[in-house]
Amino acid sequence: METTWYLVLSAFIFAIGVSGVISRRNPLVVLLCLELMLNAGNLALVAFSRMHGGEAGQVFALIVMVIAACEVVIGLGIIVAMYRNRLPIDIDEMSELRG
Amino acid sequence: MSATSYGWLVLAFPLAGMLIISLGWRVLPGRLPGWIATSAIFLAFLSSIGALLDLLDHSEEERQLVDTAWTYASTGDFKIGLEILVDPLSVFMCLVVSGVSFLIHLYSVAYMGGDRGYARYFAYLNFFVFSMLLLVLAGNFVILIVGWAFVGAASYLLISYWYRRTTAVAAGIKAFVINVIGDIGLVIAAFLILDRVGSLEFLPVFQQAGDHFSTNDGTLVAACLLILVGAFAKSAQLPLHTWLPDAMEGPTPVSALIHAATMVTAGVYLIARTHPLFELAPTAADVGAIIGCATLLFAGTVALVVTDLKRVIAYSTISQIGYMIMGVSFAAYGAGLFHLMTHAFFKALLFMGAGSIIGAMAGIQDMDRMGGFRRAMPFTFATFTIGALALAGFPLFSGFFSKDEIIAFGIHRGGGYAVLAVLGYVGALLTAFYSFRMVFRVFFGDAVPEAVELEQGHIAHGEPMNPMTGEAEDTDVGFPGPEHHIAERSWPMKAAMGPLALLAIVGGYVAIPGVDSVIQNFLEPVFADSHLAHDEPSTGSEWIGLVVGGVISILGIGLAWLVYRRRPGTTARLVERFPWAHRFLGHKWYFDELYDAVFVRPVTTFGGFGRRVIETDFVQGTIVGGATGIVRVSTSFARAIQTGYLRAYALLLVLGVAGLTFYFLVNSS
Amino acid sequence: MWFEDVLFFVAAIGALAGALGVVILQNPFYSVLSLVCHLLGLAVLFLLLNAEFLAAAQVVVYAGAVMVLYLFVVAYIGGADEPLRPESGGLAFFGPLFAFCVAIELCIAFIASGLEALDTDGPDVGAGFGSPGEIGQLLLTNFLIPFEAASFLLLVAAIGAVVLARRRRGLES
Repeated sequence: METTWYLVLSAFIFAIGVSGVISRRNPLVVLLCLELMLNAGNLALVAFSRMHGGEAGQVFALIVMVIAACEVVIGLGIIVAMYRNRLPIDIDEMSELRG
Repeated sequence: MSATSYGWLVLAFPLAGMLIISLGWRVLPGRLPGWIATSAIFLAFLSSIGALLDLLDHSEEERQLVDTAWTYASTGDFKIGLEILVDPLSVFMCLVVSGVSFLIHLYSVAYMGGDRGYARYFAYLNFFVFSMLLLVLAGNFVILIVGWAFVGAASYLLISYWYRRTTAVAAGIKAFVINVIGDIGLVIAAFLILDRVGSLEFLPVFQQAGDHFSTNDGTLVAACLLILVGAFAKSAQLPLHTWLPDAMEGPTPVSALIHAATMVTAGVYLIARTHPLFELAPTAADVGAIIGCATLLFAGTVALVVTDLKRVIAYSTISQIGYMIMGVSFAAYGAGLFHLMTHAFFKALLFMGAGSIIGAMAGIQDMDRMGGFRRAMPFTFATFTIGALALAGFPLFSGFFSKDEIIAFGIHRGGGYAVLAVLGYVGALLTAFYSFRMVFRVFFGDAVPEAVELEQGHIAHGEPMNPMTGEAEDTDVGFPGPEHHIAERSWPMKAAMGPLALLAIVGGYVAIPGVDSVIQNFLEPVFADSHLAHDEPSTGSEWIGLVVGGVISILGIGLAWLVYRRRPGTTARLVERFPWAHRFLGHKWYFDELYDAVFVRPVTTFGGFGRRVIETDFVQGTIVGGATGIVRVSTSFARAIQTGYLRAYALLLVLGVAGLTFYFLVNSS
Repeated sequence: MWFEDVLFFVAAIGALAGALGVVILQNPFYSVLSLVCHLLGLAVLFLLLNAEFLAAAQVVVYAGAVMVLYLFVVAYIGGADEPLRPESGGLAFFGPLFAFCVAIELCIAFIASGLEALDTDGPDVGAGFGSPGEIGQLLLTNFLIPFEAASFLLLVAAIGAVVLARRRRGLES
């Protein structure tokens, strides 16, 4: 398939991820949707790498995967800390920036 | 040294005195500020004599010397600088001002002893003398106006010298406000003259006045009328006279200096100085003469009724200055200025005597409570009577020669002026009457308790209080001091009053008609360009005028003796028969009430309206409140965005991305 | 070949379905499983793009390790079912709307782009394209610094996770 198809697919997956981040209240699900967005980015990178015929894009995507893993780790750590401090697992509860 | 250098010295000494006292008052002990101030004025007097002698060395044509210390602005032909004009008129005024001021300073050294603000008093007094000398030595309108304004400020400072006394402060404000009206007139007049003539320096303006203005030119008449406004405000003529009686709230030497001898004569000096303009605008000069005459009659009538000793003398001052204004408006410049000189002598003397009496009365100024001081205070009695005789124009005293010379001039001019002059004789009768009203009420009759105490050897001592309202006071700074001084017991007061008494007697001999005419001749160079001034009455008609005047004055004194000594109940009967007249005169022809209704009340109402509606409702409420309201409303929109919800922030992010992408898409197509 | 196109569509639909599932499903457990399905679909797509190593890494690391970690946390925390309709209507409506606006704009950008290479399948590549050997070679030569930085980042993340989630002695009661 032409590269365009992959890119369009990646755009839609990205959009689904964004809508999930905005509309879901459970922080776990929000993190999952963040993963969706990162994966969409990965897909686009790999598609472009195939288009160019070089592997740089794939290496980039690999590094992105590493970063995604780190971010998941930290995010889950935060959620666990929330749970430990008896806070409700709800993103709307963390509104100390209100002003 | 040249005359102009002496002129600068005349200005420098009082200024130096003021600076020394005001900067060093903490370290100057006791009465030293007083002596410093007095010596400063004495040195100024000596410098005036120096200027006089130097001026006499010049020939008659070259007696108008100008010197500029520093030029402020100079564009093309127009030049403004710190300029003094030393000519016979200014030297004459300097001599009178510095001489009389010196004697009054001497008097004050003793009189103000014990007052907590002693140094401040002398600093103000020196500042005043400096301003007055600046005014008379001014060589252009700018310096004249500067001196004019300073004199007004000094008057305010000195009237409200006892600043904790509310009546004194109110009187000071009243004087200042009315003086400012005069200042405005003077400034606008200067603008009008500058506009047409193109210069503000005296000599060029006066020499070129004839070229730029035709006789009775509208602008010139307007300018002269505005100058008259300035003169009337400063010299307390109708209708701007209401401040002077209230100014008696100040210490008595202040009344003597400012409100008798010097400041109030500034108006007379101004008209004499700008006489070329007035001679080109006879309409304005006529207005001056009429107002002068009206004032002298008005003040004379009020002085018949008022019972506060200082206020009688104040109204007498208003009246006598009316004579002077009338005189210089007739173009009787020499006579008018001669009367200015003699008036300075005897009026200052009268005030000094009044100060002594008030000291003996422990601060009370009401003549109803005075009587029989003849035996207790012989020196004061003698000098006061000499002053009263001079004021009344008793034959051979100084006032006799000066006042009647003005009237003779008026009769000589003929027409309407003769009518004014005859009214001047009526005023002379009133003057003689009220001056001896004072003498008989204060010194004759049964001795009041204060006089009895004084005869026994000690000065009466009452509770300190406001003499007008009776409110209790204390003797700390801002109120009069605890000591009361009378002339019999203070040598400085005697040393000041003695020479003045002498001058009041012999001062007239410099201008005996037919015999000598010192003042007239001396001032000749200044008035050489006046065509009216040289039209003098003959010696014979002058002597007739003098005789008539003498007769009238003796008549007036006799009437006073009749009313107050021979038939003591006369005043009571007159008050019963004509209560409305007594009220009308006693309320000073209701001028104060009129001004209150016409000016003061509307302004205060508007002020209240301004505060309530304009300030509180409009500015505070609408403008300020509106501005803050708009800010508050618009920031509440901004606050609405700060929800604290992460998801909302994420949405905003997405919005931003969508917008940016859209923008780039659109731009790239 | 037609085979590849069909496979593309199958994988794409699987990925999309998985993504939608993540967003729509209420139970967080099911969301995680849905994401795993999505990741598998994505792995197939990577294979279609000749990125073998990446596909393997995706399945092994991402779906295998990271998602398992997720499942552990979901099991630990519980996560109650959210109500079907989110109460803040505004965000639920505008969020997806603007997200899809972005998507549409991106699609317009891709489709209307002047970049001709987008319309091709890409150049012919050799058999070793995307193999571990070639990726490894690049990682150790051209992209050494990102490689090392990424490993450093992993270290930091590990320490951070320990710090965040440790028990504080004496505060828990």
